[in-house]
Amino acid sequence: MTKKMAIIATKGTLDMAYPPFILGSTAAALGYDVQIFFTFYGLQLLKKDLSDVKISPLANPAMPMPVPMPVLVQVLPGMESMATMMMKDKLKKKGVASLEELRNLCQEADVKFVACQMTVDLFEFDKKDFIDGIEFGGAATFMEFAGDTDICLFV
Amino acid sequence: MNFQKELDARGLNCPLPILKTKKSLADMASGEVLKVVSTDCGSVKDMQAFAKQTGNELLEQSEANGEYTFFMKKK
Repeated sequence: MTKKMAIIATKGTLDMAYPPFILGSTAAALGYDVQIFFTFYGLQLLKKDLSDVKISPLANPAMPMPVPMPVLVQVLPGMESMATMMMKDKLKKKGVASLEELRNLCQEADVKFVACQMTVDLFEFDKKDFIDGIEFGGAATFMEFAGDTDICLFV
Repeated sequence: MNFQKELDARGLNCPLPILKTKKSLADMASGEVLKVVSTDCGSVKDMQAFAKQTGNELLEQSEANGEYTFFMKKK
């Protein structure tokens, strides 16, 4: 019997975008049947354009910084973009896949992406902005799959 | 050791060595051997875990000068 894993992805920041895609693609490589349910800010991870997915030093006090940065500096305009640029640069240098790459690997491996319809309505998202090959559903859709999984995670 | 295919996973970090190993094995025949070279020290445990969970056999693994070499026999 094929093992199953379900993940709920609720965050739309660069750091929190990695776990669902890393675990999803890896589980698929190990033969798991995987479904990821994207809700609230997690829906940003299904957009064709991932440039809105950023990291904020302000919201992540534990983030290692090259130089100590007081909170009052972190709130300055442009700091978030700068932190995002630095993080992406570091990820690349260390041979970590980009989000786009991991997302593609998930889709190639038949990881099923389900977008929360309620969130689409709530934030008035345009479905044209999302990648192809995803489904739209609600809590009951998730439960149908999650109810019979071996691993179920909330990210 | 004899092998039919080689995967260069140098410079790649988790989970790419595993994902690329999986992809490389996909178009090989049962019983064929894949050689994988990686620089990610985490891949040592991960390749063992991959073999254990997928049924592919990790025939040999070694380390030299910061490079890890694996021989994986396809199930």
